[in-house]
Amino acid sequence: MNRYPSWKYILIAASVIIGLLYTIPNLFGESPAVQISPARASLKADQALLGKVEAALELAGIPFDGIYLDDSGVKVRFSNPEQQLKAKDRLIENLGQDYTIALNLLSQTPDWLLAIGAKPMYLGLDLRGGVHFLLQVDMQAALTKSVESTVGDFRTALRTDKINYTGVSRENLEVEVSFENEAEREKARRLLATTYPDLTYTTSGSGTDLKLKAVPSEQAKKQIEEFALKQNLLTLHNRINELGVAEPIVQQQGFDRIVVQLPGVQDTAKAKEILGRTAALEVRMVTAHGTRSDARDFDPKKTEDALKGIIPAGSELLYSRIGEPLLVSKSVVFSGENLVSASPKPSQQGSGAEIAVSLDSKGAGSMKLTTREGINRRMAVILVEKGKKEVLTAPTIQAELSSQFVITGMANLQEANDLALLMRAGALAAPMEIIEERTVGPSMGEENIKSGVNSTLWGFAAIAVMMMLYYMLFGVVSVTALAINLLLLVALLSMLQATLTLPGLAAIALALGMAIDANVLINERIREELRDGNTPQASIRIGYEKAFGTIMDSNITTLIAGAALFMFGTGPIKGFAVVHVLGILTSMFSAVTISRGIVNLIYGYRRKIDKLSIGQIYKAD
Amino acid sequence: MEFFRIKKDIPFMSYGRLTTTISLVTFILAVFFLGTRGLNYGVDFTGGTVMEVSYPHAADIESIRKAVDSVDLKDATVQNFGTSQDVLIRLPIKKELSIAQLSEEVTTALKSADSQVEIRRVESVGSQVGDELFENGALALLIVLVGIAGYLAMRFEWRFAISAIIANMHDVVIILGFFAFFQWEFSLTVLAAILAVLGYSVNESVVVFDRVRENFRKMRKADTVEVIDNAITRTLSRTVITHTLTLTMVGSMLFFGGEVLHYFSLALTIGILFGIYSSVLVACPVALLLGVSRANLIGDAGNKKNESGEEEIIV
Repeated sequence: MNRYPSWKYILIAASVIIGLLYTIPNLFGESPAVQISPARASLKADQALLGKVEAALELAGIPFDGIYLDDSGVKVRFSNPEQQLKAKDRLIENLGQDYTIALNLLSQTPDWLLAIGAKPMYLGLDLRGGVHFLLQVDMQAALTKSVESTVGDFRTALRTDKINYTGVSRENLEVEVSFENEAEREKARRLLATTYPDLTYTTSGSGTDLKLKAVPSEQAKKQIEEFALKQNLLTLHNRINELGVAEPIVQQQGFDRIVVQLPGVQDTAKAKEILGRTAALEVRMVTAHGTRSDARDFDPKKTEDALKGIIPAGSELLYSRIGEPLLVSKSVVFSGENLVSASPKPSQQGSGAEIAVSLDSKGAGSMKLTTREGINRRMAVILVEKGKKEVLTAPTIQAELSSQFVITGMANLQEANDLALLMRAGALAAPMEIIEERTVGPSMGEENIKSGVNSTLWGFAAIAVMMMLYYMLFGVVSVTALAINLLLLVALLSMLQATLTLPGLAAIALALGMAIDANVLINERIREELRDGNTPQASIRIGYEKAFGTIMDSNITTLIAGAALFMFGTGPIKGFAVVHVLGILTSMFSAVTISRGIVNLIYGYRRKIDKLSIGQIYKAD
Repeated sequence: MEFFRIKKDIPFMSYGRLTTTISLVTFILAVFFLGTRGLNYGVDFTGGTVMEVSYPHAADIESIRKAVDSVDLKDATVQNFGTSQDVLIRLPIKKELSIAQLSEEVTTALKSADSQVEIRRVESVGSQVGDELFENGALALLIVLVGIAGYLAMRFEWRFAISAIIANMHDVVIILGFFAFFQWEFSLTVLAAILAVLGYSVNESVVVFDRVRENFRKMRKADTVEVIDNAITRTLSRTVITHTLTLTMVGSMLFFGGEVLHYFSLALTIGILFGIYSSVLVACPVALLLGVSRANLIGDAGNKKNESGEEEIIV
C-alpha cells in the first residue's frame, strides 16, 4: 500500500518545521553593533558593566536599539554605522583601559529564535572579508632559549653549594660544565640531577679536564615546546584583543602552528605588525643623555662622543622613538617575562595620559633595588625586535618603586594605549613567522556571497523548470523534495554553526545538482514499471523500492570521496567537504522519505488511478 | 515528454573497439600534455603570492608593473582579468623577504603609484605549506580511489571495482590533461572538484552495474554482452537526464560563480561530461574484458534474494 504510517508523516512535518526554524535566521540582515569585552582575565562581563555601558551611552546622547549581555561581553546594537562609530569612540574613552571595544555585526534574528539556538550560519573570511594567517612557531629557538637559562641556573646552583667548577658553556641544546677533579664533578652531578631532573646527564673527559654534559630529556623538550606554543597563543590572544576585532579565531594547528583569523580586519599592515612582532621587552638604566638637564646623568658631551663612536664599556647607544640618542647600560633591570600588566589610563594631573605597570615578585625586587639608588635617573623601556633595539620611552625615576608604578608623560590616551600594548606584547616564548596569509576585501566578500547564492538559485530554478516539464506532477514532487533538501541542509549547517565559505556555497549548489540524481532514478524506474504494464500503485511502490538500493550504493561512494576531502583538506576545502557530506545525507532523506511521503499523500489514498502524471511514456510495440 | 523512444537494446558492447580506441587516444593525449606542458600549479601548491587589485578606472598595467618592479621582483606577472579595472599580480617566493613583508611592500608600492587602488584579495603561501598541501592532496586522491574500489569490491565484485577505478582514473587524467593543455591554474579548489568528480562518476558506474546485476538475475537466457547492452540502454534515459540537470547546476556556477569558482566549475564540467562517457563506454568494456559473468555474481545474487524475498514474486 502506498500509505505511510502516521508517524512517518509526523517525522516529515517535524523535520520541515525544524528546518524552517533554523533556516530563517539566515534571512534576517545584520545590524551594526559594538562589543565590549574584558581585556583582562580578572575582569568580568556582568550586569554592572552593562549598566556602565548604558550610562555612558545615555550621557553621550547616543541612541541604541538594544543592549544585552552574553558569554563574550556586552553587545550594543545600533541602527546605523555612524552611531556605532560614535559609540565606539565614547566607550573607548570611558572603558578603554580595562575593556576591549570592538565593532561587530549582529544578526537581527528575533530573540525567541535565538532562545532555541537558531542562529545564522557563520560566514567564512572569504564571504565577510578579513585576514587569515598561519604562523609557524620556531621551536628550536624556544628550546635554545630554555637551555640558555639553564646555564645561568647551573652557575647559581654550583656557586651556592660551593662546588668548584672551571666553566659552564652551551652548545646547541647541550650544557657543558668543566671540572678539575672527579670528586667535585660527582658532587655537582648529584646536586644538579636532583635539582634539575628534567635533564639527562653524561660525563666525559679525563685527567684535569673533566666534563659534565646535560641535555633536556625528550619529555622535557616536549614540555618546553608545548609551553612555548601555549604562551604564544596567549600572547597572540592578548595582542589581538588590542586590535579590537569582534570574533577573532586563534587556534593551535598541528604541534607548532597557530591559525589566526581576523574577520572584518582591513588594515592588514597593522595586524601583521602586531602578530609578526617577535618582540622582547627590556628595561635598563640610562647612563648618559643630552636632553633633560634636570635629570641625573645629563651629559651632552658624552652623548655626542657616543654619536662619534666613543662608547663606554657596559653601555650601548640606542635611539628613542623620536630620535633622541641615549647611552644605555647593558644590564637589564627587568624584562618582558616579569611584566604582569601595563594598562593606559588618563593622567591624574589633568591633561595627558599614563601607563600603570605591574610586575611579578622577581621584577619588583630588582626594580626596588635599582630605583632606591637611582632616584632622578632615567630608565629606558626598550623593545627588542628582530635584533633591533628601540627605546619606547625613557622616563625619570621619581621615587623608590616596587611592583606597582606608573609611567607618566604620554600626550593622550591613544599614545598611552599604543605604548602599553607594545610593552605587553613583549612576552613571546618563541619567535613566529607568518607562513600563509589570505586577505579578502569587504567588497570581494559581498560579491562572493552574491555569486555563490546566485549560482545556487539560478541553477535550482533551471532544474526545477526542466524537472516539471519532463515529469509533470512527479517533477513537482521532486522539486519540492529538492527544496526541502536545501532547507534541511541550510538548517543543519546553521545548527552546527559550521563556517560557510565560498567553496561551501558551491558544495550546496553541487549537492542540489547531485541530489536530483536520486529523483531522476526514482521517476525513471516508475516509468519503466508502468511501461512493463504494472498498475500505477504497484509502479510507485516498486519504483521507489528498486531505486533505493541504487541510491544507497551511489551515495556511499560519494560519501567516501567527501570523507577523504574532510580528512586531508584544510580551510575552505574542509568547508566544502562538510557541506558535501551533509548534502549527501539530507538528499538521501529528502529523495527517499520525503518525496515518497508526498507521492503517498497524492496517490496513496485514491481507490482507483487510471494514470500517473509522470509525463508521456513511450511503449515500443 | 519522453526523449528516449528506444525499441531495441543498443549494442554498445559491439562498439567496444571504437570506444576503447577513443578513450585510449584521449588518455594518451592527456598524459602527453601532462608530460610536456605540465600543470600550471597555483600558489596553493608552489608557494608565492597572488594579489587581486581593482581600480575605479581602467588599470594602467605598465605603471602597476613598474610599481611591482620597484620592490625588485623580476619574475612577477601583472595581467588584467575579467574587466579592464581588475588586475591580477603574481609574485614568486623571495628568500630575503617573508611572505608577509612581501605583500605589504607591494601594497605600499601600488598605493604610492595610484592611491585609488583597492586590494581585493591577497593569498600568500609559504613554500613549506605548499609542499604539505601537495602531499595531502595526493594522499586524499589515493584514499578516495582505494576506498571506492574497496566498497565496490565488497558490494559487487572485484572485476567491477577494477573497471570502475580504471574508468575513474581515465576521467581524472583527462581533466588534468585539459588543465595542462590550456595551462589553466590548478589550485586547491580544482583538486576538490576532481575529488568530487571521482565520487560522482563512480556513482554513474554503480547505477549501470546495479542494472547489470539485476539483469543477470532476470534475463536467464541472455549472454553477458546482451545483459550489459540492456543495462546500459535501460539506464540511458536516466543517465542523460541526470547529467543534463547536474550540468545545468554546474553551468550556473560557471556563469554566476565569479572568478574564484571558475576553474572549480570548469573541472566539474569536464569531469561530468567524461564521467558519462567513461562509466558506460569504458567501465563496461573493461568489466567484460576482465571476464565478468553471471557465475561471478551468483553468490551475491543469492544473498540479495534472501534479504528481500518479495523481489522474486514481483519480477
